[in-house]
Amino acid sequence: MRIELTVNGELLEAEVWAGESLLATLRDRLALPGSKNACEQGECGSCSVLLDGELVCSCLVLAAQADGHEVVTVEGLAPADALHPVQDAFAETGAVQCGFCTPGFVVAAADLLRRVPEPSDDEIREALSGNLCRCTGYQKILDAVREAAGR
Amino acid sequence: MSTAVGTLRQGRATPAMRRADAVPKVTGEFAYSSDLHAAGMLWGQTVRSPHAHARIVGIDISEAVGMPGVHAVLTHEDVPGRKTYGLEFADQPVLASARVRYFGEPVAIVAAEEPEQARRAAAVVRVEYEPLAPVTDPERATEMEALHPDRPTMGHGYRNDPRPNVVRSMLIRHGDPDASGDATVSGHYELGQQDQAFLGPESGIAIPDGEGGIDIHVATQWLHVDRDQVAPCLGLEPEMVRIHLAGVGGAFGGREDLSMQIHAAMLALRTDRPVKMVYNREESFVGHIHRHPARIWAEHRATRAGQLVAVRMRVLIDGGAYASSSSAVISNACAFAVGPYAVENVLVEGLAVYTNNPPCGAMRGFGAVQTCFAAEAQMDKLAAELRIDPVELRLLNALEPGGTLATGQVVAGSLPTREVIRRAAAIPIPEAEELPRDAIRLPGGAGNTTRGEGIRRGVGFAVGFKNICFSEGFDDYCTARVRIRGDGSAEVHCASAEVGQGVTDVILQVARLELGTEHVELASGSTAEVGSAGSTSASRMTWMAAGAVQAACRAALDERERLGGAEVDVERVYRHPRTFPLDPETGQITDGQAHVALAVAAMRVVVEVDVDLGLTRVVWIGTAQDVGKALSRTAVEGQIEGGTAQGLGLALMEELQTHDGVIANASFTDYLVPTFLDMPPIVSELVEEPEPDAPYGVKGVGEPPTVVSTAAIVAALRNATGRELARVPVRPDDIVEV
Repeated sequence: MRIELTVNGELLEAEVWAGESLLATLRDRLALPGSKNACEQGECGSCSVLLDGELVCSCLVLAAQADGHEVVTVEGLAPADALHPVQDAFAETGAVQCGFCTPGFVVAAADLLRRVPEPSDDEIREALSGNLCRCTGYQKILDAVREAAGR
Repeated sequence: MSTAVGTLRQGRATPAMRRADAVPKVTGEFAYSSDLHAAGMLWGQTVRSPHAHARIVGIDISEAVGMPGVHAVLTHEDVPGRKTYGLEFADQPVLASARVRYFGEPVAIVAAEEPEQARRAAAVVRVEYEPLAPVTDPERATEMEALHPDRPTMGHGYRNDPRPNVVRSMLIRHGDPDASGDATVSGHYELGQQDQAFLGPESGIAIPDGEGGIDIHVATQWLHVDRDQVAPCLGLEPEMVRIHLAGVGGAFGGREDLSMQIHAAMLALRTDRPVKMVYNREESFVGHIHRHPARIWAEHRATRAGQLVAVRMRVLIDGGAYASSSSAVISNACAFAVGPYAVENVLVEGLAVYTNNPPCGAMRGFGAVQTCFAAEAQMDKLAAELRIDPVELRLLNALEPGGTLATGQVVAGSLPTREVIRRAAAIPIPEAEELPRDAIRLPGGAGNTTRGEGIRRGVGFAVGFKNICFSEGFDDYCTARVRIRGDGSAEVHCASAEVGQGVTDVILQVARLELGTEHVELASGSTAEVGSAGSTSASRMTWMAAGAVQAACRAALDERERLGGAEVDVERVYRHPRTFPLDPETGQITDGQAHVALAVAAMRVVVEVDVDLGLTRVVWIGTAQDVGKALSRTAVEGQIEGGTAQGLGLALMEELQTHDGVIANASFTDYLVPTFLDMPPIVSELVEEPEPDAPYGVKGVGEPPTVVSTAAIVAALRNATGRELARVPVRPDDIVEV
């Protein structure tokens, strides 16, 4: 089936099969592999995107459900050649190691700070507890979100 | 060499502490192995055994071959060269032929135009199995039918043990293990099977070169040893197989063994098309090796004053269906079983066995994790028996330079055991938190519906150590190549695998320091461009890459001067000081040291336990670690924090569950890894005592936090509950004793 969706401000079309996830469409058909395929079952948050402004796991959304809707991925969080404050803070504080969880964290943290500009540590931990990181132990991610909130 | 220590400042090469790969990773541009595409590529899929042990009666691919979009369906008959491979022993079939020995073992592979077509075709490959009784109890494995009758690990200089299913039998005997003390404590300990659970799934792309050779872009820990296993199975000369490092989404030991490399290459060579393979999470859980589950018995004897007199331990690890690195893991488990303590009389018996459980191999801490858990519990038991403060008992027995390991090796390098113990013990612990409080800060989090009546606080302490670099006579080297251009800028080649730990920045930092220019780039790692770097494992890569890049830079500068400033291109090999095998019958050193260096860490942990509900909360962790010389404080802290998180996982939640060898929880829904809410704040103290034989005095830092943290967290749980808690992960049932 053919779908039409707006991704990072651009109207795109894709030919997908009925069972295909939005994550697979983004990665394999629309050349946007920034959203990651760590678990593909909604447990790790690595594929986090904004669907009509709402934070979702793109692995749990069918591509067909995104037909006619608006998606923002990690690639579209900031204008080309610029960094979103969350991206900048992640790079600055050592919140990135292997980086496979990073796009999901960045999208989820940006969403948190949009809703709650000055979150407490507990609020940060709670809001990002749906995103798994296997490298950092989360401490420097906490630093990064605090840092981004302060900017 | 040592003069450079003072001038190598943190942050020199990376202003504002930014990793070289930080920006591409935060923007999503960084290309991981699962992100790669090639024109005209097909998708590969693996058909796996649903049985832990079965005879293969027949394989019928006829229906799969006719499925839409399918280009190839291959079985063991199609393996072009050697039918088996393995990291140390080639005992693992590329594709199973006569029998399968573990749940998820690859039996056939499929290539199709679309991933879903490949999955559907794989589902109709008809494999007829005759199920066999699986060997699943490691205690009984040596009495059961041999899973590998040809005994692949025999004849490698190990202790002779003719029993079936022995991968390696170890004996370390030092002094008089029968020596008696005033106090004796003993215990049985057990560790479940932990998974590396790196987030980037096994994946990559194999591209035929049109001349019979192949380029494989993959996430791995050791490019050259991948090549040396892949090439014989493809029936190709090594140089016709070129392995290129793709972006690695974490490793932790789980990428030392091959996964999809040979399979993708076989499909690509057969179809003459690029073939991409990406495991999903369930397949990843069965598609790589795990940390060895272990059963350990220990007996410690000491004088009334607390001096250790004798330690006796028996260590059994379950290697699963294939050897992988089990032989080295059991050796490490035994060599460091006693912990960083001076003991004159030691007897350690170790055994790694084959079973039909999931294969086990390298995972961060590599054997030392398992024995540290048992030995540190023993130290606490001894302290309680003797009424000595646990920290004091450890200080009293601390192994320091000049002391002797259980293997008879005298510690020659740096080993500031007392200093890390003192520093960790001196970090102030937080005040007990008042009730009532936000439920998110209760043990069990918001799921805890009490008012905290059952909460007990506990404080635990542990010390752990292990070796740095490869040991026991392994020819451990690293190669680097440096090209200095006419304009003075430089390009470095080193095939060291960047798995997230930051070796890229180590290489750039060293090259910029040595060459005196900021204009240095690191080329992407490839077997086609430079010799082997060795494995990103054993906490060795910082040391080894620094040594190789330093040597190549200095040689390049010399060569450049000799040629009057012309462009130069120089490759150099660095080796750390030599090691020697252990005597197979006594476990004692032979012609010299078996381990090149050691690193030690101490950790203090505060927990809260709801003793009514069995729920836990790790409140705070303070640690001091012997790091040699930190090239980047941020990177070292990152290793400590992340390594501790993995130890916390093993202590509290991570266990691969198997029933008759079949994995029951191959998903992040059922296999739990620590989340943001599970991790406490961690205070890290870096103890910098340069390692004399290492470039710039560096030591590896990745493993000690994982070694020590499981032991330290469970010590705190014991302190809170008064229970023995001899098995990890600790379950709610263990705490409430239902």
